Amino acid sequence: MGVQVERDADAEIRAVAERIRAAGESGPRLARDPVNQPMINNWVEALGDENPVYADESAATASVHGGLVAPPAMAQVWTMPGLRPDFDTDDPLHAMMTALDERGFTSVVATNSEQTYHRYLRHGERIGVTTRLESVVGPKRTGLGDGWFVTTRSTWYSGAEPVAEMMFRVLKFRPPQGEPAAPAAEPEPAPAILPAISRDTAYFWAGTAERELRIQRCGGCGLLRHPPGPMCPECGATSPTHLVAAGLGEVYSYVVHHHPPLPGKTLPLVIALVELDEGVRMLGELHGVEPDRVEIGLRVQVDYRAEGEITTPFWRPAGGAA
Amino acid sequence: MTTLPRTRTAPEVRVGESLPEVRIEMTPTFIVSSALATRDFQDVHHDRDRAQAGGSADIFVNILTSTGLAQRYVTDWAGPEALVRGVSVRLGAPCYAHDTLALFGQVLSRADDGEFEVEVLGRNGLGEHLRGTVRVALPEGAS
Repeated sequence: MGVQVERDADAEIRAVAERIRAAGESGPRLARDPVNQPMINNWVEALGDENPVYADESAATASVHGGLVAPPAMAQVWTMPGLRPDFDTDDPLHAMMTALDERGFTSVVATNSEQTYHRYLRHGERIGVTTRLESVVGPKRTGLGDGWFVTTRSTWYSGAEPVAEMMFRVLKFRPPQGEPAAPAAEPEPAPAILPAISRDTAYFWAGTAERELRIQRCGGCGLLRHPPGPMCPECGATSPTHLVAAGLGEVYSYVVHHHPPLPGKTLPLVIALVELDEGVRMLGELHGVEPDRVEIGLRVQVDYRAEGEITTPFWRPAGGAA
Repeated sequence: MTTLPRTRTAPEVRVGESLPEVRIEMTPTFIVSSALATRDFQDVHHDRDRAQAGGSADIFVNILTSTGLAQRYVTDWAGPEALVRGVSVRLGAPCYAHDTLALFGQVLSRADDGEFEVEVLGRNGLGEHLRGTVRVALPEGAS
């Protein structure tokens, strides 16, 4: 029953969208002001754009433009509807936003803008924009809430000449009830992703379970190797054995992982490539030292912790507090 | 009389080349002044109470500003006579007040007509705020 009501609402939104789309392109909506220096000054000041072709007459005159021009990315700014929008026109984006507002999709974020500039605009040009609704896709479940992606295409004209074009997409969504999203909050604890155990690696994980760090050793020529594999790269023997490492080594290289989040991990996290005293190099998390204090050559020792079914090795500074 | 800073020429630019990282503090003043300078009066860009009531953590940067920053980032690197032909941005994580936006870029390709496509990536404390491309034409250079 509830599902049916929702489907009816979705169908209604699609019908409205189809009506607006079929109506085609809106008549041109003129910019409030012609392209002018004060608005350009406000824009370059706010955005910190110091390109002199927008604001310094002598530099602009000496440039390829031969005079002052407007920042291309301001194209859309000239025809923004402003503080008290007057939508007695047939603006398709506004009409679609209203239809979604009425159905509870009250919040909006822009997600895509693809702009093409045919030429730079000069002071005194009063441009106009035409817009058509391209598509309305949904309902989609997003991180912000359930919503609809609304895509429009606009063309700006100076007189009859097209000067810029844009594809613009917004997500019109229903904000979830309750507390606002708190992006700074701790991530939900989730189980860490554990290594898969194969026939080639089973000896290693059997070792960590006994708090032993095992290095694969060729049963033919005795070569130590890590990571493990079925065949010796030196002599081709397929009879691996292992030896138990002392668990000491030094940082050969490392990275500090800040992003993206990893399930079950607290970031930032240091991942170190450790050269064991036995000669092979092994990757692992390095704990017990601040990321900005890690150095190549830092002496480390192995430690272990149980994670779910398996015991994973990690590194900590040698001789440090356990 | 201001002298015009130099612009990179097309032969100087290598596909694959990285642009220097630029970090911009997303102060409330920046968010509000850039929203108003782009004539975007949506409340989520200047009114924290309204932004939070709509499910956001704070006021956040508007897309016209993200587009403008992508343009600025590339022309700051290329020089004042680089001709901007297009800016495309896809937004991910919002850029809330009190965050820092770090911009990165890389020259992706060069078309036959000498137009370069530069990828711009904007990261903040929440992850990827924007990913996009800026298309610029550079002077061929004196010979």
